[in-house]
Amino acid sequence: MLRLITTRVVLGILTLLAVSVLIFAATEILPGDVASAVLGQGATPETLAAFREELGLNRPAYVRYLEWFFGAIQGDFGVAMTNKRDIITSMTPRLENTFFLAGYAALIAVPLSVSLGIIAAINEGKAVDKVANVISLAAISVPEFFIAYLLIIIFAVNLDWFPSLSTVFADMTFAKKLHVTALPAFTLTLLVAAHMLRMTRSSVLSIMSQPYIEMAFLKGLSRTRVVFHHALPNAAAPIIAVIALNLAYLIVGVVVIEVVFVYPGVGQFMVDGVTKRDLPVVQACGLVFAAAFIILNTIADVLGVLVNPRLRKPR
Amino acid sequence: MIAVTKPVLKITDLRVENLTGAVLVDNVSFELRPGEVLGLIGESGAGKSTIGLAAMVYARAGCSITGGSVEIEGLDSRKADAEGRRELRGRHIAYVAQSAAASFNPAHTILEQVCEMPIQHGLMSKAEAEAWAIELFRALDLPDPDKFGSRYPHQVSGGQLQRAMAAMAISCRPKILVFDEPTTALDVTTQIEVLALIKKLIREYNTAALYITHDLAVVAQVADRIMVLRGGKEIEIGTTSDILNKPKTAYAKALVTERKAADKISVETVEKRGPSVLEVSNAVGVYGDFVAVKKASLSVSKSETVAVVGESGSGKSSLARLIVGLLPRSEGSVRFNGVDLPPALKSRTADNLRRIQFIYQQPDVALNPRQTVGDIIGRPVEFYFNRSKPEVAKRVDELLEQVGLPKDYATRLSTALSGGQKQRVSIARALAAEPDLIICDEPTSALDQLVADEILKLLKRLQDDLGVAYLFITHDLGIVRRIAHRTAVMLRGEIIAEGPTERIFSPPFHPYTEKLLASVPELRTDWLEEVLAKREPGGKPKKAKPKV
Repeated sequence: MLRLITTRVVLGILTLLAVSVLIFAATEILPGDVASAVLGQGATPETLAAFREELGLNRPAYVRYLEWFFGAIQGDFGVAMTNKRDIITSMTPRLENTFFLAGYAALIAVPLSVSLGIIAAINEGKAVDKVANVISLAAISVPEFFIAYLLIIIFAVNLDWFPSLSTVFADMTFAKKLHVTALPAFTLTLLVAAHMLRMTRSSVLSIMSQPYIEMAFLKGLSRTRVVFHHALPNAAAPIIAVIALNLAYLIVGVVVIEVVFVYPGVGQFMVDGVTKRDLPVVQACGLVFAAAFIILNTIADVLGVLVNPRLRKPR
Repeated sequence: MIAVTKPVLKITDLRVENLTGAVLVDNVSFELRPGEVLGLIGESGAGKSTIGLAAMVYARAGCSITGGSVEIEGLDSRKADAEGRRELRGRHIAYVAQSAAASFNPAHTILEQVCEMPIQHGLMSKAEAEAWAIELFRALDLPDPDKFGSRYPHQVSGGQLQRAMAAMAISCRPKILVFDEPTTALDVTTQIEVLALIKKLIREYNTAALYITHDLAVVAQVADRIMVLRGGKEIEIGTTSDILNKPKTAYAKALVTERKAADKISVETVEKRGPSVLEVSNAVGVYGDFVAVKKASLSVSKSETVAVVGESGSGKSSLARLIVGLLPRSEGSVRFNGVDLPPALKSRTADNLRRIQFIYQQPDVALNPRQTVGDIIGRPVEFYFNRSKPEVAKRVDELLEQVGLPKDYATRLSTALSGGQKQRVSIARALAAEPDLIICDEPTSALDQLVADEILKLLKRLQDDLGVAYLFITHDLGIVRRIAHRTAVMLRGEIIAEGPTERIFSPPFHPYTEKLLASVPELRTDWLEEVLAKREPGGKPKKAKPKV
């Protein structure tokens, strides 16, 4: 078992390394560079060359990669080229905001969707199941900004329960923060809950047709016990995997929501970096996103091993 | 004595239908008294399992009990609500399923699952249930009973798991047990232990039991009465000895005759062997670190059937894969018509491939469900002989006729055929390549008895007509006795005995062959008792009587 887990973790680290190379290479092959972006069309070749010299852009790519990578793992992503500020200091508060919103949405979405998925599975084909199916399908199909504006119209404009702008400041109280960010959190919940609900439902259903479930019924156990004690532990691995995937999405995929609600998260920070061709910022964001994705999925893999007795205790 | 006690299970006019309205069980009635065992026998689709489950007032998804009554200990349980039925299940009537491996939950320990019923039914505390389970493990001869339960289902052998399931079934001391093919998934040498144990359980706890199986010889050992079923209807019911010795209906007679044929050798021994087709010498096959075939040597001649027998995991199928090149041999040689074959499939010529064909165990998965029978059979004709379309069609007609299928089947999809017909198509596909040798990997074990018999007859006839040689892999010694000229016995990857079938099946035996032979149930009621009696003194089997 330990070997399996070690393999997963090592693979995760290797993936992160590979991704870091890809991120660096991708920003490298983009046409134009910071120098031409900062100085604009009118810059003479001489000034461009001088500026590149100053930024260290004319050194070989692998040297800059190694420098960047070793800096990054020590928490030093360098300075933003456009405003010369330390990237890590301007990114940290935004990262905190992103994690806050992701955690907020996850705390609502995960318990909600897993329990609704189980309820739908138990009542397969009945009204509850059909309603859950239709709503989740609709939530998956509708674009995220549409859901966001819909919620704004209902809860901010008509009912006036929550603000439509979710800008948060460091000196806000926790309760105030929760109130201000409620709408983006609900929007995200709707987006990811559908996916998790459907996966939970189908994993539980596929387990419910196994002979050991029939056996459990023939043992005279109650439906609740059969589902929670016999079906759910066997359906856990795919459910954990899809939860991890969605948590990762909550961290890296929320740019549109941040824009709609004017929420200062990392997504906007990255988009700003892209528009200004501030490559170190883009690279830093890319690496952080990749790390979040890989760490969450590795955790899911390890949990998947831990919940499976066949892997946990080989013959 | 039995007649005076009240029945614990009384089923009257039971009717089970599925959603489309097809009748799965039609008007079946019977009674069971304490200590009495009723055998339900029939081929697949006879409704045996459906009756077994209906006795627990349970119907599988898509089916429902639509008529009749199920009285358990005098209570009409069909009238009970969900809670009432839940009370009955496990506590008054318990179930032992065919595959213990599939019926134990892989996520929990065996002890937890065995203790679950008494705890959930509120009969025992956790500690009491655990102590009781350990007692049961001990009574059922499970190894290290104190610790056995702490293991997960995948950590113990199939025979042990089947015994653990018996322990689970009796954990609430039910009055009625339903055994649904409890030994079918086991090897013969394991089956005998489990059968003995089931008998002991029924006797010691004075339990009534329904015993569902397709093997008459097995049911003969445990049942007092037998009900023969076909298509959901009762064909005949009677005492075990009546059914075995003087069956009244034609169908029951056919079942008995067919099963009896398996007990004696009916193949003539060929004194002089023809020119050799296949010669395997000292072949070794490995999967990673595991040696699946150890220095196996074997030869097959023209018009000859050589059987390879052994229990699951003995390396029979690996040997076949090694011969065709799917498992490249790491040592030894495989000569075909005197020419050495390359170890790996990839390096063999089309002619090499054509001359050895394969018939698989599961005709359902061996045929492409999206192709018509004509496409399936025509493909080798086209591929190996490069014939034109009309020629291929003509050859397909010929082949269909040879395997006893109507010509118009060529346009059908294989999914529209029955299991036996599918296996005929597989045979036709093999013949289409005009092979010298056909490797048959358990070709009849997925089929019902009477259908299997037809397939064996067909294979025999084709051999007489075409002179094709068979390498016949099977675990069923009954088949070997009927069709194999020579037999090779495999044990843990080794061929431990090889020779004319008659010689292999008569003394002096190799000890393992003897054990194997002694474990095959015979069609008489006292067989199990006899075998067990022979073992009693030292727990070791004595010399078995030769059966020829």
